[in-house]
Amino acid sequence: MPKSINGSVQLSVADARLTLTGRLDIGVVGRLDPHAILAQGQGQGVSVLDIAGLSQIDTAGAWFLLDLERRIATRGGSIAIEGASAVQAQLIERVRANLAPDDIPPPPRKSPVDHLEEFGRKTASAGRKSVELISFLGQTVATIAGIVVHPKRLRLTSLVHHCQEVGLNAVPIVALMAFLIGVVLAFQGSAQLRQFGAEVFVVDLIAISILRELGILLTAIIVAGRSGSAFTAAIGSMKMREEIDAMRTLGLDPVTILVVPRVLALMIMLPALGLIADVSGLVGGALMSWIELGVSPAVFQSRLVSNTDVWHFGVGMIKAPFFALIIGIIGCYEGMMVGGDAESLGRMTSTSVVLSIFMVIVMDALFSIFFAVVGV
Amino acid sequence: MAAADQDRIIRVRGLVTRFGSHVVHDGLDLDVRRGEIIGVVGGSGTGKSVLLRAIVGLLKPAEGRIEVFGQSVRDTSDAEYRALRRRWGVMFQDGALFSSLTVRQNVEAPMREQLQLAPDLRETLAAIKVRMVGLPENAQDKYPSELSGGMRKRAGFARAIALDPEIVFLDEPTAGLDPIGAAAFDILIKQLQNALGLTVFLVTHDLDSLHAICDRVAVLADRRVLAVGTMADMLEVDHPWVREYFHGPRARAALASSVTEGAA
Ligand SMILES: Nc1ncnc2c1ncn2[C@@H]1O[C@H](COP(=O)(O)OP(=O)(O)OP(=O)(O)O)[C@@H](O)[C@H]1O
Ligand SMILES: [Mg+2]
Repeated sequence: MPKSINGSVQLSVADARLTLTGRLDIGVVGRLDPHAILAQGQGQGVSVLDIAGLSQIDTAGAWFLLDLERRIATRGGSIAIEGASAVQAQLIERVRANLAPDDIPPPPRKSPVDHLEEFGRKTASAGRKSVELISFLGQTVATIAGIVVHPKRLRLTSLVHHCQEVGLNAVPIVALMAFLIGVVLAFQGSAQLRQFGAEVFVVDLIAISILRELGILLTAIIVAGRSGSAFTAAIGSMKMREEIDAMRTLGLDPVTILVVPRVLALMIMLPALGLIADVSGLVGGALMSWIELGVSPAVFQSRLVSNTDVWHFGVGMIKAPFFALIIGIIGCYEGMMVGGDAESLGRMTSTSVVLSIFMVIVMDALFSIFFAVVGV
Repeated sequence: MAAADQDRIIRVRGLVTRFGSHVVHDGLDLDVRRGEIIGVVGGSGTGKSVLLRAIVGLLKPAEGRIEVFGQSVRDTSDAEYRALRRRWGVMFQDGALFSSLTVRQNVEAPMREQLQLAPDLRETLAAIKVRMVGLPENAQDKYPSELSGGMRKRAGFARAIALDPEIVFLDEPTAGLDPIGAAAFDILIKQLQNALGLTVFLVTHDLDSLHAICDRVAVLADRRVLAVGTMADMLEVDHPWVREYFHGPRARAALASSVTEGAA
């Protein structure tokens, strides 16, 4: 009496024959329980698996039959698969030939020592990466120096293109960001300074914080997110498609062609963007001081000119090319580190942004110490 | 005629595809019979890959009707299309393996998407497929970027047959392989076609493959299928490109080698 073990396949046991009928394919196999089938055949001492009634088997079905066979064999029994059509027999033999080899060693378990080793390896590779990054910096600077000697090597078109890309196109976002920062500073500053009746000092507050720190720092962070990531993605996808290797074989130097124009463009444009940020931050601050404190633009201007040392502006501008160098070098370096797969492109792009913002802030801190020591 | 209709697993009628003003196919007709290996040839840029993409529904033709298993590929509900898609496998021209997955995981991907299988079982079945296409055991856990071009093709083929489809579409599977590797790939296709009862839609430039494994050949030229038939039929076709292709020095060499192999 056939017993349905699943919607599309039936099982019956008689005269030491286990008979399967119906369809045995990948959709069915996952829902079958070999133990139940074996339990059925157990008492009867089955020695034949009759599959003449199976209308359809696929690779998964063939594997299932072989798996039954193997399970019975491990219990010391044996079973013969009978009734397969020529095509089915061929499929079963092909699957049998491709079963897992028995001698695969199980993957070794991780011990605490392994974790320790992994930690060591990671530390070492981080150290190696810093050395590589510095040597990449050296290589780029050397190439730039070479270009200063032989200006013909400069890819002018590419430089101009990148200047537009990282500079001109970033003007709206940078200007808006700085304007809002100026507004926020004036607003927050006025609330505090009003308590002391020192409203007019809001001008000093805004001027010093924007010119010296915030204007250039926030611009650098925006540019790192905008252009640093774009550098990594562009160079990384060229790396992925072996374009960089192709360049090398054609005798073209990727540093000259790809890295130098980008880094130079950033070094030219970041100070310009910083200047724009300074101006629009001051405008935002002046506007808010006028509305909130009644400090008229004329008063704002005269106090700005008379009371703010021009060195505050100088300090901000001196930092700009260094920030640009950090962003450009890290962006290009991470692009060069992209491997063959799409995932590494994404990973490197985010590393590039995080690392360059972090390094910009570290650099800013170092500059603060430096300027404090030299007394500007 | 019902039996003959049943036999036609793919039926393309009056297909027109264009990109902007560039017409790739203009009134293309093609039938593929169940269980055959059909070779699709044509010069570079004649639209072989585009035809393949249109048949599997990745590209919307401007006009025409495409039926697979007697069902239109375009005018179907999502559920019907999903069911249809399960019955074919595609191997793209450049492999198109998922680069963030290992070879075995690539083969598991369609199983994971379409079926509820226990992870162990899925892994076992995927591993069998990877071995079936002749990849070494240590390739199972490698990433595509760590494989050679030929191995990537094999892995792509393994993913195409992951669900034991009824039709596999192969876009230039032997391009870029060494002659021995290409011949081995041909044999592999033939053997798996026998074992799994596949219908194979094979885009190729490889005259040796055409001789060795194709039951019929379809020639794409002048924006349509110019001729369909056996290799012997192709020698009779009177069209400059077809004559050049099947009578050229490479064709003669391939023919000669296939004849001597047949005799041996
Ligand atoms: N996405 C697309 N956009 C615009 N044109 C396309 C697109 N895909 C293909 N084409 C054009 O369609 C034509 C046919 O391309 P297809 O890739 O099918 O060629 P093919 O016959 O497969 O050639 P090959 O043998 O070189 O692979 C080409 O002229 C190509 O430029
Ligand atoms: Mg193509």
